[in-house]
Amino acid sequence: MSGETGMPPTDFAFTSGNKKLAKAAVAKYPKGRQASAVMPLLFLAQRQSGGWLPTAAMEHVAGILDMPPIRVYEVATFYSMYNLGPVGKHHVQVCTNLSCWLMGSDEVADSCRKTLGVDFGETTEDGLFTLSEVECLGACVNAPMMQIGDDYFEDLDVTATEGILNVLKGGGTPKPGPQGAREGCEPAGGLTTLTEKPEAQGERSGEA
Amino acid sequence: MLKDRDRVFTNIYGQGDIGLKGARRRGDWDKTKELIEKGRDWIIEEVKHSGLRGRGGAGFGTGMKWSFMPKKPGRRPHYLVVNADEGEPGTCKDREILRREPHKVVEGALLSAFAIGANTAYIYVRGEYCREAEALRRAIGEAHDAGLIGKDACGSGWQFDFHIHRGGGAYVCGEESGLLESLEGRKGQPRMKPPFPANIGLYGCPTTVNNVESITVVPTILRRGADWFAGLGRPNNTGTKLFCISGHVNNPCTVEDQMSIPLRELIDKHCGGVRGGWKNLKAVIPGGSSVPMIPKSVCDTVLMDFDSLKEAGAGLGTAAVIVMDQSTDVIRGIARLSRFYQHESCGQCTPCREGTGWMARMMARLAEGRASVEEIDLLEEVTRQVEGHTICALGDAAAWPIQGLIRHFRPEIEQRIADYQAAQSERAA
Repeated sequence: MSGETGMPPTDFAFTSGNKKLAKAAVAKYPKGRQASAVMPLLFLAQRQSGGWLPTAAMEHVAGILDMPPIRVYEVATFYSMYNLGPVGKHHVQVCTNLSCWLMGSDEVADSCRKTLGVDFGETTEDGLFTLSEVECLGACVNAPMMQIGDDYFEDLDVTATEGILNVLKGGGTPKPGPQGAREGCEPAGGLTTLTEKPEAQGERSGEA
Repeated sequence: MLKDRDRVFTNIYGQGDIGLKGARRRGDWDKTKELIEKGRDWIIEEVKHSGLRGRGGAGFGTGMKWSFMPKKPGRRPHYLVVNADEGEPGTCKDREILRREPHKVVEGALLSAFAIGANTAYIYVRGEYCREAEALRRAIGEAHDAGLIGKDACGSGWQFDFHIHRGGGAYVCGEESGLLESLEGRKGQPRMKPPFPANIGLYGCPTTVNNVESITVVPTILRRGADWFAGLGRPNNTGTKLFCISGHVNNPCTVEDQMSIPLRELIDKHCGGVRGGWKNLKAVIPGGSSVPMIPKSVCDTVLMDFDSLKEAGAGLGTAAVIVMDQSTDVIRGIARLSRFYQHESCGQCTPCREGTGWMARMMARLAEGRASVEEIDLLEEVTRQVEGHTICALGDAAAWPIQGLIRHFRPEIEQRIADYQAAQSERAA
């Protein structure tokens, strides 16, 4: 985070653990093509910096990959998952695209605003939450949904949304996935496929 | 009606063990070595014969695409790049494949890579799919430890390395050349074509980019035979398909069924019908946000396949069905999509960079009714100016939903404008 002075950090270096992970990421690509690892390294740097990318971190990555810093800035500014300023401990990202909107994402967004006391693009004063509006996250049959950290929270309504945010406020870990009765993307009214007795090809393991 | 034994994705709801043991029990990794030993040409011919068309949206023949690769690798290595950068609004099928059937992905990648002479494959997984990438990483690890991939994949003598590359939240990277740019460590701005990836792709080498669903059905096609796959659906629209049905249905879900299933049957059988009954249906976007919507009158009879939807002026796209009932403000709905395309335009081509913003602003005004009737024609004209005038299809994708709206719901837009004007003059009086 930005530290007590409120100024962005001026130096950055990977921890020894992240250095190892960075090396492994570079090794996935052919020799001389290490620039391919810029995205994974920026993700590592972002995680180490508390969820955002100070310029010093981008420059560190540029140094490791032997890239001109401008090429790294270009990547960091092009992709929406890199945060160029500090974000809260919990980054609450609400999808408002069509499938979610049809199923009530306006209500979910309002519930987030009310529970957290901030609007889209803002961070709570305690630095705990940043609220963002995002584009389709690809969980449309479980709409409306939001992503917090690495997890998806699906099949939301106002009560479920408030519940999840309040658990986080209290320092707990809310249950990810669909908030209703179903486990995943199956129809909530009961299975319409994959109900026959397992056969050679279509065998499904109940005993696993 | 498709029998369960004819489904490819038998663990799509994650009821069974996702790991290698469970996958093997469901038939994955069964005699993979023997399939490889039948040779590249046999695999490509089988896939061609099966009629499999790419599942990422464009619907190009998968076997045909493979046959564009050089017959023998020269000095430049061949690459397979698997597109799992799912981001088309309404679409969530690849997510389920990645997290519930990751071994099918690994095996499919091995066989597809072998078919095009590639020893290395990268799978580009959309960045937000953290848990999904973890599931795939576990499967790759298991396959590696079991000798199914690696130096001597399945004991066939073929070397196969499979790596995950995670995206960063840019829709345009779902376009194959934007994806390759991103994989090379740059902004995901699509490339001019030609040259096509089969000639100059990743790192300037011959490359095939396939959607994850396309490669994932390959092992089952090879095991059960091209005739089996070709016997499902209609000619030129064969096989099974994952459909994602979202929006105003009683039970939104992702489900595998036969290609060419009537749209109404799909919704009634698997989703418990339209909310409030079929009569309450207003419109459907049948193939992800990029394809034009179709009104109820078309939905009554249209089949869910490439040809039937094309005839109806729409498209199968990713087979993501977005259902809207009578309560839906379709103008606002399309305005939301226009905002999406404005956000996702990579900024490279002027018609798209400027056009998506212009169209989004115009749509926002139309949603309020704050416009004149002539502006509907102007908007239609602008969509025609964007369409077909950009390097990649994002410009087309931004134009088509608006064209569909004007084609089918023009009276509603005119009414919105009239209502707004009436309210204005009332306020002035």
